[in-house]
Amino acid sequence: MKKPRLHGFGPVAGLLLLCIAGTLLNPEFATLDNAMNVLTRTAFIGIIAVGMCFVIISGGIDLSVGSMAALVAGAEILVMNALGQAGWSGVPAVAAGMGFALLLGAALGLAHGLLITRGRIEPFIVTLGTLGVYRAYLTYFSNGGAITLENSLADAYGPVFYGSLLGVPVPVWVFGLVALVGGVILNRTVYGRHVQAIGSNEQVARYAAVDVDRTKVLTYMLLGACVGIATVLYVPRLGSASPTTGLLWELEAIAAVIVGGTALKGGAGSITGTVVGAVLLSVISNILNLTSLISVYLNAAVQGFVIVAVAFLQRRKR
Amino acid sequence: MTSATRRLLIASAVLALGAPAAALAQQQVNLGVSIPAATHSFTAGIVWWANEAKKELEKAHKDLKVTIKTAANAGEQANQLQDLVSANKINALVVFPFESAALTKPVAQVKAKGVYVTVVDRGLTDTSAQDAYVAGDNTAFGKVPAEYLAKALDGKGNIVALRGIATTLDNERMDAFNSVIKNHPGIKLLDAKYGNWNRDDAYKVMQDYLTRFKQIDAVWAADDDMAVGVLKAIDQAKRNDIKIVFGGAGAKGMVKTLIDGKDPRIQANVSYSPKFMYDAIKMTAEARLKGEKLPPNTIIPSVLITKENAKDFYFPSSPF
Repeated sequence: MKKPRLHGFGPVAGLLLLCIAGTLLNPEFATLDNAMNVLTRTAFIGIIAVGMCFVIISGGIDLSVGSMAALVAGAEILVMNALGQAGWSGVPAVAAGMGFALLLGAALGLAHGLLITRGRIEPFIVTLGTLGVYRAYLTYFSNGGAITLENSLADAYGPVFYGSLLGVPVPVWVFGLVALVGGVILNRTVYGRHVQAIGSNEQVARYAAVDVDRTKVLTYMLLGACVGIATVLYVPRLGSASPTTGLLWELEAIAAVIVGGTALKGGAGSITGTVVGAVLLSVISNILNLTSLISVYLNAAVQGFVIVAVAFLQRRKR
Repeated sequence: MTSATRRLLIASAVLALGAPAAALAQQQVNLGVSIPAATHSFTAGIVWWANEAKKELEKAHKDLKVTIKTAANAGEQANQLQDLVSANKINALVVFPFESAALTKPVAQVKAKGVYVTVVDRGLTDTSAQDAYVAGDNTAFGKVPAEYLAKALDGKGNIVALRGIATTLDNERMDAFNSVIKNHPGIKLLDAKYGNWNRDDAYKVMQDYLTRFKQIDAVWAADDDMAVGVLKAIDQAKRNDIKIVFGGAGAKGMVKTLIDGKDPRIQANVSYSPKFMYDAIKMTAEARLKGEKLPPNTIIPSVLITKENAKDFYFPSSPF
């Protein structure tokens, strides 16, 4: 099959063009430090986008991931602070908090999955509802202000975001690992094939004895766990969660998946494309910050034009 | 119902509405407060200070009743204004409008019912819909840091700035900042990009400034939340050319840092406290209890906060 290879090249071509443009506009763009900055800040959205890729391929959608990240971040900080006050020392308290965040993410994903399969409610509606619910609870826990991690704990937690291994920041390693594992699960396991089968035709998948409900629930749990991982990396950056945390992350994650060549109606898609899509989106704003060519009022327009242009490059043959 | 009885009912209803309103103005004040819900730390401060004012004033004055309503958007706020008039029978209103244009008509309708209206912070597009206006000083919010930075840098150096969200209020601040910097040819404003009054966005913008500019002497972060993100980005890049990070608004975390002298880059701040909500409620209630009017415009000044006077701006129990 030659066609898919060709259109899969679209986002990569878009990214390459952007990088060339960025380097011409400001040579600082091509430095290793800047590349690491961009990859590190992409990690949050990128990790969520990997999970989102599974959900979209299965024919679903999750609008709540930004709010979920905010709520998980707030709850994680509250748990860590409580453990710290109970006399736990830094590292165990942080480790317990991180574990809690991952479990909470997966549990919220499980709730979505059950509401969608057993409750037979459209995923759009379920997650539109929880989008409001999660953010409201975070706002309630924080009294509208910020939930802040205590200083001693923040010091113990810092390396999870600020540390690096072989010159590459930890979040970038985790992002790479999540993408790799995601790619293997999607392309090399029975579960991955079932996800694609359900997305391309749910009825046929059912007749082929695929446990559709179980697969769907697992998909939403996988996305919830990805949100948990992203949050675990996000919290040590600023050590706080506020009602503006994770605002519009859902749209960025969905955009990364679609720009990366996955069809919004489900059935087929690629993790590599998703990763490229996520990097591409953050490269745009990076380039805009590194130059003052374009009026700041038009930043969002530039991003919009690039998204549409890349989508055009990788459009499918009917 | 015959038309005669209907007419009688309407007449008595008009009497019932009209008579107490006149009497109430002298002794009893039923004050409604309509404010945005606590969705970020500044509005959380607004809600907190409104409740402080209610607690204090209701204790001090027997003839005063304060009803506070919070709204999540302009439409909800318009509905609440109607409820305050029809269900709570208010005769004075302190309103912090969500949006200037959208709330002008609803507030005008409240005023038309004989309610005394004080508008806070965001001015209405038609000022005849209000009796009094209380606001923070956005010009000083931009001017004070510009003057401080110009002096601290001795008239020369490189500054980068962050902006909030594209609004008239943000433009006022930026224009005021620019008008001062213009008089100091040695100072260069390298760039000013939007950080959306948000820690995460400010962190990203600052990272890119650091990549782009090799020598930065001071940062005007223009907001204490954005200053948090800016400081983290500078720390991560291990840059020590930046001598001053100037936030804004006087959030309690930053004021505390200033008092403790914990960060040498945090040397000063400018006040823009949600406490003006408290001031507006207090001024309106006390004036109405005496049957007096407020001056048409009250500007709560934005002043320079330094280590010396920081204690007066530190409210540890407020969420802001």
